[in-house]
Order: sequence, then C-alpha cells, then structure tokens
Amino acid sequence: MSKFRKKGKGELPAISTASLPDIVFMLLFFFMVATVMRDSSLMIENVLPAADQVEKLKKDRTMFIYAGKPSESFKRFGQEARIQINDAFVGVEDIQSAVLQAQSELIEELQPKFVVGLKVDKKTNAGLVSDIKQELREANALKIMYITNTKVEE
Amino acid sequence: MAKRAAPEVNAGSMADIAFLLLIFFLVTTTIEKDKGLLRSLPPIDDSEVEPPIIKEKNIFTVLINRNNQLLVEDEEMKLTNLKEAAIDFLDNGGGTNAAGESCTYCKGDRSESSSDHPDKAIISMKHDRETSYEKYIEVQNELVAAYNYLREREAQRLFNRSYQSMLEEKEKNQFSKDEKLNDQIERIKDLYPMKLSEAEPDKS
Repeated sequence: MSKFRKKGKGELPAISTASLPDIVFMLLFFFMVATVMRDSSLMIENVLPAADQVEKLKKDRTMFIYAGKPSESFKRFGQEARIQINDAFVGVEDIQSAVLQAQSELIEELQPKFVVGLKVDKKTNAGLVSDIKQELREANALKIMYITNTKVEE
Repeated sequence: MAKRAAPEVNAGSMADIAFLLLIFFLVTTTIEKDKGLLRSLPPIDDSEVEPPIIKEKNIFTVLINRNNQLLVEDEEMKLTNLKEAAIDFLDNGGGTNAAGESCTYCKGDRSESSSDHPDKAIISMKHDRETSYEKYIEVQNELVAAYNYLREREAQRLFNRSYQSMLEEKEKNQFSKDEKLNDQIERIKDLYPMKLSEAEPDKS
C-alpha cells in the first residue's frame, strides 16, 4: 500500500488563501452595486426648486411622484407637464392606486408614517400639483414633502 | 534546458488590497439624502358641519396670481417682505386665545386690527392654476421660515438653545426616546402652531 503514502510527510498543508481576494472582491462589488441608489430613469425634466427651511426625508417610508415636462427624448408625449410614478407616465386618476399600493408594500410599523415625496419641476404649473394633492387626500396619504434643493445662502 | 517552474506570485496581500478598496468605497459612498418641505394635507371632510366663523383679522391671506405676483392682505408685496409681514401677523398677540389667555410671549405690536393670538392666527394661501411651482415653493418656504423664526426665538428664550439643534438631537436619538426633549419641542410647537391653510385653486 505504499502507493498511497508516497507524499505523506505528516505535515498539514497550508490552507490556500488564493481565493480570499475573490471573496473580498465579491463583497466589494456587492457594495459598489448595492449602494447605488436605484433611481427610476426620469422621462421628464426635473429641476427642483430651491428652499432653505428644509427637513431631511426618511427614505424608508417614502414613495416619489415626479412631475414635469417630458424631456427631450420623450417629446412624443407632448409639451404638457406629466406625472411619472416609477417608470411610467400616469394620469391623475392613477395616483390613488399607486399610492395605496406603495403604502401597502411598506413594513407595518412604517405604514402610518408614510410620506409622499413630490419631485416636481419648477416650471410646472401649481395647478397640477394641487391636482396631485387632491388625489393624495382622497388616498388618505396626508404627509407630503416637497423635495427641493437646498438654497445656497446669498 | 532545465525545466524550471515559474515561481508562484504571492497573492497573500491581494486580500489586503481588496479590503482597502472595500473600506474606501464603504466610507466614500454617501447616500444622497433628499431634503424638502414637509407638510401635511388636510383630511377630506365630508361632514356637513358649518365651519366655525373666523374673524377676518385672524386670517392672513396670501394670493399668488398667474403672473407670479403676490397679493398679501389685499396689497401687492414683494417676496422678500413676506417673511417679515407673516412674522408681524403671527406675533401680534392683540387679543386672547380660545381659553381667554392673552399672549404673554408675543413681541408684536398688539394691534387691534391684526391677529389675536398665535393659536388663532391662520395663514391662508391661494394660488392660481397657472402659478409656477417655483414661486409656490418660494412662498411656502418664506411662510415656513416665519414660523421657524418665531420658534427659534422661543427656544432661545425658554431653553437657551436653538430649535434647530433640538430637532437635530431628536433626529439623532430616534431610537432612544428622550421624553424631556420631546416635551420641549412640543411646547415650542404649541406656542406657535403652524396653521397654514391652502385653498383649492379656482377651476377656470
């Protein structure tokens, strides 16, 4: 049976650490990818207005509603300001269901603290915003936040 | 030629390099936080109850027309003066609140023709459908600034610290509730409750 004992010297072979970098790189890539905020690609112009009395928004309990003119590459949707939720243009009447759905997807403790973030282009008419607000009232999502840029002190 | 195996490259330090990169990315990726003006909408009220009658002098009307001009208390006003006017109105304290107390902390003119008490003072804002959103936010911002200014003043007077720092501390300790701090914040909010009502724009 000497055939099987040829190499045995009684020493433990060193554990190969060659794959450790791969594992770490995997972690690295995971973090690099995961920390990029998944932002739905905007199909509208979205220059936010500026304000200085701002509060921070807690992302975990928020859904966003975008509004503004369709941007350059979506000219076929016309010149009028449109509402965008997630990745699609929606009409005013669709807001309620989208909001309720987003709210129900939250974990239960956060549902009463649900906030709707309005990212509206500054050139939009305020009438559209009040339409959105009316829909939100009907959906009973009463906390809203007008997302703004922070105004630079003059 | 003697067959010599190429010496193996020591890859032991590779892990360190990768860790360094990993930590670098962990530290430098700041998740951009959105900021904005937080407001609450009024719930829909279907009841047929007559709204209580509010005295004209307790309402501060702000109108924005379709040309983004500002009409405050029936006079045209520049945006830069709005904050001042709103502060004067809120801080007037010319009368008593619902409980019959007069406003002891107000530093306003105590004029008969302006608001009775911060409890009663209501800012009513109305805009046209064609008002630009930018203007609308600017006006909202100025009105919120007026409230913040007064709250800041009271925080300095009562607790000798800034209202902003109290809010920040509350934010920081959101998992370990500090009852005393919360009470203080509530007290200041009660001194100048934010009563900002928005009227529906006219359908045209």
